[in-house]
Amino acid sequence: MKFAVLQFPGSNCDQDCVHVLHSVFGYPTRLLWHKEYSVGDADAVIIPGGFSYGDYLRTGSIARFSPVMGAVKEFADNGGLVLGICNGFQILCEAGLLPGALIRNRSLQFRCEHVYLQVASHNSPFTGQIPEDKNLRIPIAHGEGNYFCDDETLQSLEDNDQVLFQYVDAEGDLTDHANPNGSRANIAGICNEKRNVGGMMPHPERASEAILGGDDGRLIFQSLITALKNQPTVA
Amino acid sequence: MKAKVIITPKRAVLDPQGKTVQTALEHMGCSGVSDVRIGKYIEIEMDGDRETVEAKLSEYADKFLANPNIEDYRLVFED
Repeated sequence: MKFAVLQFPGSNCDQDCVHVLHSVFGYPTRLLWHKEYSVGDADAVIIPGGFSYGDYLRTGSIARFSPVMGAVKEFADNGGLVLGICNGFQILCEAGLLPGALIRNRSLQFRCEHVYLQVASHNSPFTGQIPEDKNLRIPIAHGEGNYFCDDETLQSLEDNDQVLFQYVDAEGDLTDHANPNGSRANIAGICNEKRNVGGMMPHPERASEAILGGDDGRLIFQSLITALKNQPTVA
Repeated sequence: MKAKVIITPKRAVLDPQGKTVQTALEHMGCSGVSDVRIGKYIEIEMDGDRETVEAKLSEYADKFLANPNIEDYRLVFED
């Protein structure tokens, strides 16, 4: 099982993702520069966090036109697993691989703190191994994580069970106070209708070892790994 | 030809910058402000006649300069 982690000018969580997949889980993982035209032999692609192209114009708006994103779109269209974290989520929305958009936090502040997440759907390659009733404690670090979509899109996300994570408080209650950025329906992460492309604002790669103050993020990578093991081999 | 692309957040989209500036205006004593929306303004110099430039910029505004999920835009031309 091989992973590719994309690297744009301005990515800054790429090495953390490589560290977790390679050094913590032990899988071959390589960085894929944005000028590449193919994802090669990767079984799954991670689009990491950071500030690709300086967040100029809109977050993710320039990265989505890089050559490697053409390859990622083709990979995703063929059923390949793609997880976008933070800026990766923003890029996937800009690319149209996920619905909606991430806009400026309601508070206008950059929020860098641990949050609690409720798993809204276990039916995805990104959440399948998270125990029922387990809320995750994972850090966020973003200025533009306010998930927006129109009413119709929100309805279809809910109808199709595409909401993966929602911000809750320490008691597990879904409140406005627990919403760090103003996202609609406290949404922290979603997947596409085919369920092979996921995006989330929180950083599981920063919470995958106990020494970092928590390893709830491991469950997300473990879900991905288990899903890949169970995936029928694509010729 | 010089073209201006004026991009504003859609009505349905929360504009926290606009709201903050509106509140600041009120605090400064500027009364009667019913709404503030903050967007982007892009100036583009481009060769070609008005029709060609408009067609091309519309295409690129739709797919790149503005995000139709959250933004509206309009084009203004100067000869």
